[in-house]
Amino acid sequence: MTKSIVFRMDWLSLIIYLLLIIFGIINIYSTTLSEVSVSLFDLGSPAGKQFWIFIFSLMFLPIILFINSNFFDHLSLIFYILSILSLLGLFIFGQKISGATSWYFISGFSLQPSEFAKITTALLVASTLSSIQADLKKIAFITRLLLIIALPVILLIFQPDAGSALVFLGLFFVLLREGMDLKTLYFGIGFISLFIMTLIFSPVILSIALLIILILIYRLILLYFPKTKKTPFIIVLGTSILFTFSVNFIFNSVFEQRHRDRFNIILGLENDTQGIGYNINQSKIAIGSGGFSGKGFLNGTQTKGGFVPEQHTDYIFSTVGEEWGFIGSSGLVILFTILILRILYRAEKHSQPFPRIFSYCFASMLFVHFFINIGMTLGLVPTVGIPLTYISYGGTNLMAFSLMLFIYLNLDANRLN
Amino acid sequence: MIRRIVLLVFTLVSCLLFIFQLMALQLFDSEYSERSLNNAIVKRPVYPTRGLIYDRNGTLWVANKPVYDLMIVPENLDLFDTLQLTSGLNISKEELLKQIKDAKNFSKKLPSVIVRQLSMAEAAKLQEKMWKFPGFYFQKKSTRDYLLPIGSNILGYISETNRSEIKPSSSKVLEIDNLKLLGVNNTVNDSDKSVSEEKNILSKKNNKSEHSFSLINEILENYDLGEMIGRQGIEKTYEKNLRGKKGIQFFQKDRFNRIIGPYDERKFDIEPEAPENIILTIDAILQDYGESLMMNKRGGIVAIEPQSGEVLALVTAPSYNPNMLAGRDRSKYFNELVKDTIAKPLFDRSLQAEYSPGSPFKTLNALIGLQEKVISPETVFTCNKGHYYGRGAFMGCHNPIGTKSDLIKGIYSSCNSYFAKTFVRIINSQSTPAEGVDLWKKHLEKFGLGDFLGYDLPIGKRGFIPNSNYYNNWYPEGSWGPTTLISNSIGQGEILTTPIQMANFTATIANRGFFKKPHFKKTVNDSLYPKNRTLIDAKHFETVIEGMHQVVERGTARVAKISGIEVCGKTGTVENFIRLNNEKTQLTDHSIFIAFAPKDDPKIAIAVFIENGYWGARWAAPIASLMIEKYLKGEVKRNWLENKMLKGSLIAEYEKPLLGKPFSIND
Repeated sequence: MTKSIVFRMDWLSLIIYLLLIIFGIINIYSTTLSEVSVSLFDLGSPAGKQFWIFIFSLMFLPIILFINSNFFDHLSLIFYILSILSLLGLFIFGQKISGATSWYFISGFSLQPSEFAKITTALLVASTLSSIQADLKKIAFITRLLLIIALPVILLIFQPDAGSALVFLGLFFVLLREGMDLKTLYFGIGFISLFIMTLIFSPVILSIALLIILILIYRLILLYFPKTKKTPFIIVLGTSILFTFSVNFIFNSVFEQRHRDRFNIILGLENDTQGIGYNINQSKIAIGSGGFSGKGFLNGTQTKGGFVPEQHTDYIFSTVGEEWGFIGSSGLVILFTILILRILYRAEKHSQPFPRIFSYCFASMLFVHFFINIGMTLGLVPTVGIPLTYISYGGTNLMAFSLMLFIYLNLDANRLN
Repeated sequence: MIRRIVLLVFTLVSCLLFIFQLMALQLFDSEYSERSLNNAIVKRPVYPTRGLIYDRNGTLWVANKPVYDLMIVPENLDLFDTLQLTSGLNISKEELLKQIKDAKNFSKKLPSVIVRQLSMAEAAKLQEKMWKFPGFYFQKKSTRDYLLPIGSNILGYISETNRSEIKPSSSKVLEIDNLKLLGVNNTVNDSDKSVSEEKNILSKKNNKSEHSFSLINEILENYDLGEMIGRQGIEKTYEKNLRGKKGIQFFQKDRFNRIIGPYDERKFDIEPEAPENIILTIDAILQDYGESLMMNKRGGIVAIEPQSGEVLALVTAPSYNPNMLAGRDRSKYFNELVKDTIAKPLFDRSLQAEYSPGSPFKTLNALIGLQEKVISPETVFTCNKGHYYGRGAFMGCHNPIGTKSDLIKGIYSSCNSYFAKTFVRIINSQSTPAEGVDLWKKHLEKFGLGDFLGYDLPIGKRGFIPNSNYYNNWYPEGSWGPTTLISNSIGQGEILTTPIQMANFTATIANRGFFKKPHFKKTVNDSLYPKNRTLIDAKHFETVIEGMHQVVERGTARVAKISGIEVCGKTGTVENFIRLNNEKTQLTDHSIFIAFAPKDDPKIAIAVFIENGYWGARWAAPIASLMIEKYLKGEVKRNWLENKMLKGSLIAEYEKPLLGKPFSIND
């Protein structure tokens, strides 16, 4: 320890974090403002609650910063187990809110254990991947890792809380970074595109198109590499067609109508402004009406009218769009991007694997929240209930991601030890 | 290397994707901001209460009264005692339940009307029990209140606009953006900024904002569906004055379309402009008196102040109480009035009925004869209970054989022969009868006959004065002469006049040669009504007026004499026919009287027309005389005459042709 930790800390990330939260509280205040005017710091109002949870979280900053970095590595398994137990406990003690049993109620406060599971899973994944036996070429090791990730995911799906489950899938980026076969990435992208194409076009047409495209590509490659074999192309074609038809089957037979609707609306297959697409549509109207500079703080007519449902939680970005306009909302997008890139940049500078992998986990989870939430509000991604980290109203999420940032700051500042 | 940048690339790509989408939504696609205004801001027009109407003496005649619509918001509905509600409303339970069902079908969250236009008394009775009827509430509106139940033909009526009357351009919606462009911004300090100041601000701005300004004006002038509009009479003519200018208030809505408060501290609200109150030229007391006198008769009375052309009374009978078309049962009453095709209460006989003017018309022929020097006051014609005006063509007269009349006697004894001979001389004064007729018509037109007078009520008739072309069409190649149109000499024949035209030419005689356009709205601006001069020298009028004076003093209308007032008049008795079972059937003669008084300083000129009133002196002359007495003296002394006229009824006369059996006339 040459200098005080205060000077070695990643101040940029901390400042962005503070800016985001303050901006978030301002927008929560505007969204939930009612006729009965209450103080910003009133614990009874959502904005007040968010503010006090923010203050409460900040108290952990010095504690976490001065903990020995090895602590997180060594205790990661215990944290993880506790976390899994808390998720299991939900099935007995949990409270149901809007269809999902995701909350504990403890003396007036609601707590969402899945948020803490994000930290503990990230810690355990980082710990496991940084161990000496780590080898992403071995099936057994990959299986072990996937189990660590899958356990909370499965528990979350049963709550059901698909949104939170999706966040854990962000850890896929970490596995890629740490040496998983890149083919999985290509196949992943391939399958996702195929999935979307299947929903847009009928499987038969898509199969014929695939056949023609692959033949053309094969012919093209033959011109330069005359010895290319046909077999891989046939396998790709075969699996693609199989996948297409099975996706079609699953989509139409296994998915529920509401899931289908969400996809269909995003893909523009259904033009719906009243029913299922109402949320997205109202959100787009609110954002679009903001124009270049926005309507101003507390002046959003859509926000005041409460046209956008869940606006202080999942749809907070529409308030930003309406009241702060293009400047405010694109600024927020850029700020988020800078935060993620900053974490990635600092992660790559670590010589030790554990802090690097944990930082990576943190960045990828942030990314999933960022991508799905804003994408959803802008009508680019199907509706999935997931908050915009640091901005949306939600105490547990705010606290969990604050703690994650503090751990990141700790690890980052102690890189030389 | 790829491994290190996968997440980085994903993050950057999403960032760009989001910014592009934000640009698309916020910068390049106005659809979303328009839809935001449509669904988040509601504009409510604010209608100023309609202008008041006073009579010439400042008596408030037409005011506004609050009425209450019983409204319902179905989602707030709870169990309630239907009996208690229906008994207060005078509607059946089935009707109430049907209305509630309709309201539910329309919207559960938006208000619908259950019962329209309850009076304040009806609403007050229910108001204290309203807590028992969740979901119901009263909405205050304004309707016309006719404090004097008279003059429905003058006032007209108002009713709600319907879909076909809404201009297509009114689909242009006033958006907050137009106002923002204009800088129309009613902050607390300059809320009383006048329109002209706003215009000054405008001139400094660009064309676009001027366009916006005219757009706003256009929108404010357009009618909304259901807004009240003047349909007839004064309400229609002076619609713009009485309506004022509506204002607009903006409100913030929530997602259930409910108003949750004013928008942006009322900065963009436009205040309504108060309408003008109108003072009529009508004397309400005289009008009321005239309507009472016309009870159970058909016809019209028009009284004009000769000097100014101000109409003092305009009575048509039968008529209706203006309050019938103002209340809750408007459509019921309206249908009843429309369906009465026999008495035609909606037909304004004083303005729209074209009758033969009869003997009063002789005064005009006398004036034309004097002006064209075909007769002089001293010209004497002999009457032999009529005279032969052609071979085998005899025109009868009520004067005894051998009566020698000069012009004055001709007038007061209403000698047909005298005016037939005068008329022939007028026609023959030119080289051809055609030129003679056209000269005659030219004179008459100057008295306001044969065309619309141009008064400020929306209905009327031209009447008819024939010219040479008319006769050339009927009798080709000039095969007609003065005797062909001889009936016109005594006000029968082809000519037609409306009662207001008759009152107007009476006023012209009273004025010794000019009239001002009759009008119903008081004005201080004299230049609006210039003098329309006749082609007849003032001196000729004195002779005719003396004749008319003698009519009352010693002639056909001695009943019209009023002690202390020199009345000049002329009776008329007009033959008339209808088609009954495809046969031309003669009915009892119409009773006509024109008059003005006092002789030397005329204050009132009047024409009274009583359909099938036997002869001029029987109904029309007494009624005109009573009207003059009422107007000039303020009270009527001749109670016996007044009672006779008030109680007199011609209903039996009007029923005669309808009974389907032979009937006698003029007995």
